[in-house]
Amino acid sequence: MAADSPDLSSLLEGFPHPVMILDDSCRIITMNRLMEAITGYAIQQVAGLHGELVVRSNTGNNRGQLFMEVLRSGDPSTARGDMLTCYRRRIPIQYTISALLGKGGRRVGLMVVVEDTSATEAASSTIDDEQQANGLIGYSPAMRKVFDAIPVLAKTDASVLVTGETGTGKDRVAEVLHRKSERARFPFVKINCGALPSELLESELFGHVKGAFTGATRNKPGKFKLAEKGTIFLTEIGDMPLPLQVKLLTVLDDKTFVPVGGERELTIDVRIVAATHRPLREQVAKGLFREDLFYRLNVLHVHLPALREREGDVQYLLDHFLQKYAKALGKTVVGFSSDAVICLLGYHYPGNVRELSNIVEYAVNMSKKKKVGKEDLPPYLFEKTQVQGAASTENRQMSVQESEPMNEQSGAPDYRRQQQSWGDIERQLIVDTLKKNRGNRTKTAESLEWGRMKLWRKMQKYGL
Amino acid sequence: MRKLLIPIQGDYVAPRFDLAVELLIVRFSDDGQEEPRTIIMERPSEEALCQMIVEEQVTDLVCGGIDEVHYNFLLWKKVDVIDGVIGGWCRALEKAVCGDLKAGEILLNGEGALAL
Repeated sequence: MAADSPDLSSLLEGFPHPVMILDDSCRIITMNRLMEAITGYAIQQVAGLHGELVVRSNTGNNRGQLFMEVLRSGDPSTARGDMLTCYRRRIPIQYTISALLGKGGRRVGLMVVVEDTSATEAASSTIDDEQQANGLIGYSPAMRKVFDAIPVLAKTDASVLVTGETGTGKDRVAEVLHRKSERARFPFVKINCGALPSELLESELFGHVKGAFTGATRNKPGKFKLAEKGTIFLTEIGDMPLPLQVKLLTVLDDKTFVPVGGERELTIDVRIVAATHRPLREQVAKGLFREDLFYRLNVLHVHLPALREREGDVQYLLDHFLQKYAKALGKTVVGFSSDAVICLLGYHYPGNVRELSNIVEYAVNMSKKKKVGKEDLPPYLFEKTQVQGAASTENRQMSVQESEPMNEQSGAPDYRRQQQSWGDIERQLIVDTLKKNRGNRTKTAESLEWGRMKLWRKMQKYGL
Repeated sequence: MRKLLIPIQGDYVAPRFDLAVELLIVRFSDDGQEEPRTIIMERPSEEALCQMIVEEQVTDLVCGGIDEVHYNFLLWKKVDVIDGVIGGWCRALEKAVCGDLKAGEILLNGEGALAL
């Protein structure tokens, strides 16, 4: 090793992390000052000792297994855990072990990087701070469940299916799952399975070899290969064509695939996270989605609740996006007027967080005062429109829902309409209008644009 | 009569107290030492190890890395802890019985490779 290597000491000092070089028996040859600092030993004390005796980690390397595996295979390896310094401090670390090659490609030793991860772990010490840093905001019980599940799901390597209506943050959750996983140092590759035609999607996912089709002038690695050791995020998986679903199933089962036009089978090590707003179970029943693929993807499942199911979160999100856009646009908007808040809290956001964000961006742009007023909100909030409501769970049907209109007369939202029958709503409307007119039936009938007789009949009907 | 415990791994002092499952216990006095006996724990656990040290009325502990919490606990329980020892347990035992072993001592000078 020594004969094969240049002077490594000066080279190692340029590394931003503790590093040591081991020989082919895992004995320490040299280490940088950062490694001396983190272990508490000077190189003169520990040169010639087995590396693991000095680092003392719990990364599954206490008999040097990780070192020996890298020496045997030549493939780099990473592991997380903690180490004990000679000052009895426990430090969370990430090991990165790579083989050093000598003349003729012979493995002559190892380079071991011991990254101190205590700073990143401290930064994410509380769930609230952590999720906020990840761009996930919510205090409702429904979102708490999601936040609690994320660290657990991130630690496993199984496939995850993320479902939820459009705009609920499926992409964000997939990114967080990757960032919190052991694969975080490797690529996160996202591909929209609904955006490309079948042939192009196959080439994008699995790559192609030169000459596979007209225009294939060079070998192209697919997204799966680009995501090697990392995570591939297949968004809108429900829109994936059936023939490709078969190929994806093979990848999930065997971890191998053949590029378009290729002959050689490639092996990959990729974690799959898939997302869809479609009700996959129904897609399976209709024969549009393969059942076996559904069960293979649905090993772990995260369902993101629609904004209307996230009690109390709208207010937090409004404040968050207001601050964000006010800062971005250089405006001094500090809040919402009370009538604007009533409108915004009453609206039911079929487009979920994305729609809420767009509404606030519009309002901040339009606002000329310190507080966003009702007149600054997008006019469509006050229109009674038919909108396409996406399915909120995979078990729910796609449905056409009526967006929640504002009560133009009072300026207040009709909160009650969601849960009640028309009779209940009408009765409440009469009661409210009577109260407003201090029990005067003539004025009440006028307000409701009814005749007095009609009002009397309705009051009889509802026992008023 | 004193009682010494060394968490070991093969021929060596275990690099970490909390990961050790093999324990060596020796009773010794100024007149000499008894035959060492070994105990295999079901699984590594620093809590269980501390409990055993207290229950067995161990007076001396020689170990590799140990974290501050457990180190201080054992000191509070009046156990003499010599930690940070790197090397073979035979030499560590000899030196500990003679009272020559110091914390952080590396007992492998000139011995070359240490095959864990």
